[in-house]
Amino acid sequence: MRPTLSSPWFTRRAVGYGWRPVSWQGWAVTSGVIVFAVTSIAVFKRSPAGIGLVLGGVAFYLLIASLTAGAPSTDSAARGAARAEHSTFTPAPLRPAPAISESEKATDPANAALLVERLTKRFGERIAVSDVSFSVARGEVFGFLGPNGAGKTTTVRTLGTLIAPTSGSAIVAGLPLSAANGGAIRQRISIMPESPGLYLRLSVYDNLEFFAGLFCLRYPAARIAAVLEAVNLTDRADDLCASLSKGLRQRVGLARALLNEPEILFLDEPTSGLDPVATREVHELIDGLRRRGVTVFLTTHRLEEAERLCDRVAILNTTLRAIGRPEELRTRLFKRSLVVRTAAPLAVPEHVFEPIGGVSRWSRDDAGRYIIDVEDPEKVAPALTRALVSAGADVLSIAESRHSLEDVYLEMVDEDVEARPR
Amino acid sequence: MTLSATRIRAVLRKELREFRRNRFIISTMVILPIIFIAVPIADLFRIPASAPPALVRNGVGATLLLLLVIPVVVPATLAAYSVIGERDQGTLEPLLATPIRREELLLGKALAAIIPSVTIAYVIFAVVFLSVRAGASAPVMAAVFQPSQILAEVLFAPLLAAWSIWIGMAISARSSDVRVAQQLSTLASLPALGVTALIQFQVIQPSVVLAVVLAAVLVAVDATAWRFVSALFDRERLITGIAS
Repeated sequence: MRPTLSSPWFTRRAVGYGWRPVSWQGWAVTSGVIVFAVTSIAVFKRSPAGIGLVLGGVAFYLLIASLTAGAPSTDSAARGAARAEHSTFTPAPLRPAPAISESEKATDPANAALLVERLTKRFGERIAVSDVSFSVARGEVFGFLGPNGAGKTTTVRTLGTLIAPTSGSAIVAGLPLSAANGGAIRQRISIMPESPGLYLRLSVYDNLEFFAGLFCLRYPAARIAAVLEAVNLTDRADDLCASLSKGLRQRVGLARALLNEPEILFLDEPTSGLDPVATREVHELIDGLRRRGVTVFLTTHRLEEAERLCDRVAILNTTLRAIGRPEELRTRLFKRSLVVRTAAPLAVPEHVFEPIGGVSRWSRDDAGRYIIDVEDPEKVAPALTRALVSAGADVLSIAESRHSLEDVYLEMVDEDVEARPR
Repeated sequence: MTLSATRIRAVLRKELREFRRNRFIISTMVILPIIFIAVPIADLFRIPASAPPALVRNGVGATLLLLLVIPVVVPATLAAYSVIGERDQGTLEPLLATPIRREELLLGKALAAIIPSVTIAYVIFAVVFLSVRAGASAPVMAAVFQPSQILAEVLFAPLLAAWSIWIGMAISARSSDVRVAQQLSTLASLPALGVTALIQFQVIQPSVVLAVVLAAVLVAVDATAWRFVSALFDRERLITGIAS
């Protein structure tokens, strides 16, 4: 039967450190106190001062014992369940990828690993994040883009229960975002900050063992071996973290973030300051996580990284500016166009382009290329080719213009956030 | 409130590992108390066998009281570094992103600070007691080897160390700079020094009743300080530098 607040303190098993005679440690401590008291009284015989000291010692024990006695709090059952669920080591920590279509991924709240509603965070008068709403599907790699000071890290810290939102709500890994759920949420997620924050005087293994203890993992040694293997650092387990390069430290940070098999992994600028080789390694690790079905929330301002890794991206600049798949954002923001290069300028280009159906406008850029805005490049391109050949043009190339995510980003973020008055 | 012994043990083990990896932390903790206690101990050896009982009693009492300042002074720096140090080396955010409760973190760190501090204090006590046995005059030896004296030293050391640690950790949890925290935490030893000075100058008469009262006060302070320091520990303030 679960002990409750009405149970005497010495019968509650929700103990801290063996002060109470419930566990064997508790019995050992209590026996020690009794032996101490009896011995002391024997030593002091009938000295009032001695007896006072003995009674003081016993009173200290009782005071500490009663202060540290606590019935399970209301959320402890959930915490316990979460701990049991997540501390069980599965030798091959693979989760099947969710069988959900891309469009459903983005829209189905029931499948959301993360559901954020009107989240706002103020620091005094300064608004760091304002009225942000979005959802992230289970198993999705979600990019969170924005310039420095846009509120990316604040959003991650808020969703990771490190700081409290000023207003708004969220469901993180199935739990409502609240102070009471902080421990349970943190048990289900992992956050890797921009700087890995390792104990440099400790070895890689010691660092991981410490965090395995904080997550109360049931089989820490096996789990540590698995994450070291995942980041290809098994051979460096005994090296001091101080001796590792920045890229290797980042990998240790990633290994640490994987220890608890998180439902959601928050990666805050994981490749910041890394050289191209180390960056590629981190990208491969994130790809591996995607294959395992881990939800990854990736904040970055490296746009090629987001484009390469993310299913969807959100662009934040205190407020949410855009959200969607990179391709969708491009389509939404930019007209589709065909780029034509010819050996020589056309004599009368309007006679070539304007009769073609589906062409909305055309122009010529500084490089001498013709940019033709169209609704559907696949339909217009053959007609355009025929028209150019009929006009006697020497066509060098006809290609669809590709706007990069960087173009989208620059279109949405046109302000120097860091320089804004605070 | 449910506390996890596993998490407390993890913090304790990590802290002790860090102390072991940087032996200067512990070795430098020993130097100041040794210098501090050297002169009063030397004075004990100068007390002749023919000295009046009052002189012997006062000399021994003052020295043993000074010995009790050691567990106050020794852990001050460790405690001051405990929270702000994590922030300074960039490890606080990953640490707080785990399910650890602030009470667990603080208790683990307090235990880690108290173990070397009390060990150092006990070793110095033992050295002093053995030296007195080896070389002091018979009246001094008799005055030192009173069971109540020994018991008081043994009991008070952890109580005083815990008191010093909680003050240091409270300062550490609210400071924004490691240096400020370490400077302020050394002030934690002032009340203990004050009481010692008052007793030494016989403003307060040392007695068993006084010892019991002081012990009771320390027990009460130590038992409540953990909750008090936990309340001062503001995750948001520590991470962002801005109070929540």
